[in-house]
Amino acid sequence: MHLAYPAVLSALLFCTGLYGVLARRNAILVLMSVELMLNAVNLNLVAFDVWLSRAAEETLHSGQALTLFTIAIAAAEIGIGLAIVLAVHRNRGTADIDKLRDTAEGHESHPTDGSDGSDSDARTAGPADRAGKAEATA
Amino acid sequence: MTLAAAAGFLTAATETHGFLSPTGVEIAFLLVGLVTFGAALVTVTTKQLVHAALWLVATLGGLAVEYLLLTAEFIAWVQVLIYVGSVVVLLLFGLMLTRAPIGRSPDADSGNRWAALTVAVASAAALVWVVVDAFRTTWIDLDGPAAGSTEATGASLFQNWVLPFEALSVLLLAALVGAIVLSRKTKADAAGTGPAASTGPGVLGAGDTGRDTEGAR
Repeated sequence: MHLAYPAVLSALLFCTGLYGVLARRNAILVLMSVELMLNAVNLNLVAFDVWLSRAAEETLHSGQALTLFTIAIAAAEIGIGLAIVLAVHRNRGTADIDKLRDTAEGHESHPTDGSDGSDSDARTAGPADRAGKAEATA
Repeated sequence: MTLAAAAGFLTAATETHGFLSPTGVEIAFLLVGLVTFGAALVTVTTKQLVHAALWLVATLGGLAVEYLLLTAEFIAWVQVLIYVGSVVVLLLFGLMLTRAPIGRSPDADSGNRWAALTVAVASAAALVWVVVDAFRTTWIDLDGPAAGSTEATGASLFQNWVLPFEALSVLLLAALVGAIVLSRKTKADAAGTGPAASTGPGVLGAGDTGRDTEGAR
């Protein structure tokens, strides 16, 4: 197999994950895109390990070992990330990254902004909750 | 150097392997890769949050098949076990616990999605160009014993990578303790600061007071 196939696929997957990280608004969707980027790197590691274990007779299998380590670290990362997102959701009532602007510059009138944002959030969250409950009971 | 010799051998071997006469493994890799890339695109563009998690299952499963085609079977099964089995389930639980809307949510993408698209397409073009230019003539020899069989992976992992392996178990323990501490602390805070607001006023109007406290925050 040409090495270009897995390399190109992993580059495309990485850029897909990059788009998701930059364009998504929900924090959990951003975490999914981070998983995509990590998987692209894993595919690269495996492909180069299979190539080098034959071509250069590299016996360490460093690519596969590092892939296993990456998978374990990704599992730890997703656990911690979800715990943080749930804590933010419990405190703020939203998991939207765009609305967490406490450290943004140029927001002098922060309390009114915050109350406006959460008011509109509560208003928009009401019908969505009701629709969700209706779908759950149906 | 073995690398140079191998490179010379590989370039000699590559002249018999053109892109216009792909092998069966390459065709299978290409088809599964197309499915994987399409599922990844749907994952990052769909408006329904739960569907994004389910398309992520398709992406990760496709990647597991790619690992199998690259003869890395142990990594493939670990991928199925950990990613498809636990990470996606964890993401679905997170979506449920943050009360994600079930149907289409029109504000799933933020306002800077065109800038994000520009950055992603530019980096994809640069990466694909560089990678194709660099590895156009490189050939992976997939014949012979599997490079990533469970025996080979286990032997190399427990002969050469024991110390990082043990350090990784400490990291997993730290992540576990950290997740527990994160979720315990917020619960203690909520019980300590606002017991009257959250649990006091009984069943009637509980939603209204909850909404009021959200507005006050």
